[in-house]
Amino acid sequence: MQHSIPAPAPESTQPLGTLSLLRRDPAASIATLFLVVMVGATVFVAPALQDAAESTDLRGRNAPPFDLERDWQFFLGADALGRPILPRILVAARNTLLIAGCSVLLALGIGGGLGLIAGYSRGAISPLLMRMADIIMSFPSLLLAVIVLYMLKPSILNLVIVLSITRIPVYLRATRAEVMEIRQRMFVQAAAVMGASHLRIILTHILPIVLPTLLTIATLEFAFVVLAESALSFLGIGIQPPEITWGMMVAQGKPYLVQAWWLSFWPGLAIILTTLSLTLLSNWMRLAFDPAQRWRLEQ
Amino acid sequence: MSSRLRRRLLSSLLSLVALVVIVFFLSRLTGDPSALYLPLAASEEARENFREVNGLNEPLLVQFGHFATDIVRLDFGESLRTSRPALEMVLEAFAWTLQLAVLTITLVIVAATVIGSLAAFNVGGAFDRVATVMSLIGASAPDFWIAIIGILVFSIGFGWLPTSGTGTVWHWILPIAVLFIRPFGLITQVVRNAMIAALHAPYTKTARAKGAGSRRIIFGHALRNASLPIVTVVGDQAAGMLNGAVIVETIFGFPGVGKLMIDSILMRDFSVILASIVVTAIAILLMNMLIDLIYAALDPRTRT
Repeated sequence: MQHSIPAPAPESTQPLGTLSLLRRDPAASIATLFLVVMVGATVFVAPALQDAAESTDLRGRNAPPFDLERDWQFFLGADALGRPILPRILVAARNTLLIAGCSVLLALGIGGGLGLIAGYSRGAISPLLMRMADIIMSFPSLLLAVIVLYMLKPSILNLVIVLSITRIPVYLRATRAEVMEIRQRMFVQAAAVMGASHLRIILTHILPIVLPTLLTIATLEFAFVVLAESALSFLGIGIQPPEITWGMMVAQGKPYLVQAWWLSFWPGLAIILTTLSLTLLSNWMRLAFDPAQRWRLEQ
Repeated sequence: MSSRLRRRLLSSLLSLVALVVIVFFLSRLTGDPSALYLPLAASEEARENFREVNGLNEPLLVQFGHFATDIVRLDFGESLRTSRPALEMVLEAFAWTLQLAVLTITLVIVAATVIGSLAAFNVGGAFDRVATVMSLIGASAPDFWIAIIGILVFSIGFGWLPTSGTGTVWHWILPIAVLFIRPFGLITQVVRNAMIAALHAPYTKTARAKGAGSRRIIFGHALRNASLPIVTVVGDQAAGMLNGAVIVETIFGFPGVGKLMIDSILMRDFSVILASIVVTAIAILLMNMLIDLIYAALDPRTRT
């Protein structure tokens, strides 16, 4: 596939590796770097800051940011109970990223798996699955989550379940469409003629071709789920205190908007930087994983 | 009626039925429904009385029968908070949300079409870069945060705009602006990509070769072909606007159906929640059918 496209850059005779391709795109590189630093800080630094994030200091209530006289933990200021904001953002990141990560993996696994089945089988299961996807998609996902969380109690597990169920159709539809096209190709028919089982054809011949598309969608979906979880927590029907997420921190800062803008500002900035990075990365992945478009990045 | 439209109507009705069934069984199977309907402080006698009056001691299927017939007759009972019929409250609130959503989506379509097309005419140019960055940020910004920053800057900082309510024209500016941002970002991207594809398509070259003017090429050929993906994403975003309305209405104290729903959830006012769900679902069903009609008018291939 790759060699059939006339390469506009004559000096590179062989295709670039994915990593060096990433390094050539400044926006995607910065986005990846930010995500790696954020995840690294969440995994390695946040556990050590757990106590600091919960220690209240009533004399330091709503302490302003950029105060170099105080400890580095207070660089972004302190909240209404005098708790330092920077460590709180890192501790909250753990919940935010954990919930989003689990939801995306669950939806990816179920949606992708069902999509493989729906695309490959010629039986009645495919239209049945598509109808169910239509049903879920025909109602706004945030409203659906609001309703279900009202009846189940809001907890991390229920949040993950709700956020993944509402997003399964996205993976299901994309996988099914692609599998239906791949199924017609010569190499799949050849594998079938040589006696490969259905499972073998799906796992070793079809899945590797669908996987890059699925990962690209999952990256974009991660951003969507972070936004959805933040919105639910902001409305007070997501995660419950004393656990915190970024959305909840924005909500907690809202009553102090006039005196202390930084309470709501920093966690919101963390959300927007994370979702923006994920969107940029997924835009890059869409080109990098598509053999017909990849040359655009190699220019 | 086209087969596409008929299929859509059928699947929408099915989803409405499924939604009602799910809501019923979730509300019945996750514990005592009197806990959903009655305030938390209700006494045990009140709960027992409530179960007796509402037939909650009957078999589950009989209960579902009552529940379903009530919904078909659009009888959702009265609100616990206001003692008014739930449907009346929801329809009143829905009128507000509808105004907000229609105003916003109109502005979004106009702005996104103009800016997305201009960006597509000069790919890689300064305008394209600015438009792309703006739309990317718009599509990834959390709307509740934008709303808070908007209040901070324009209401508290400059004192130009009111923070909540609906009294004057000024009250509408911040809610519309916040609701505008995310769909605008997404639709601008789609318009840009669709226009780039349409401007490079063979039919555009043919039109240019036979000497059609640029206005005719843009409006007669490119935009007409690019409008199909645009209509699809506008439809998705218009339904998704209800997501945004929940946030925006809660923050700005706007008396729409989103705020009503959140308030009812926090006050455990189940009849109003149920009425909001059904009314919203019917509205989305109607809107999906409208999108299909527009689609059929634009694309002769779907008109069979």
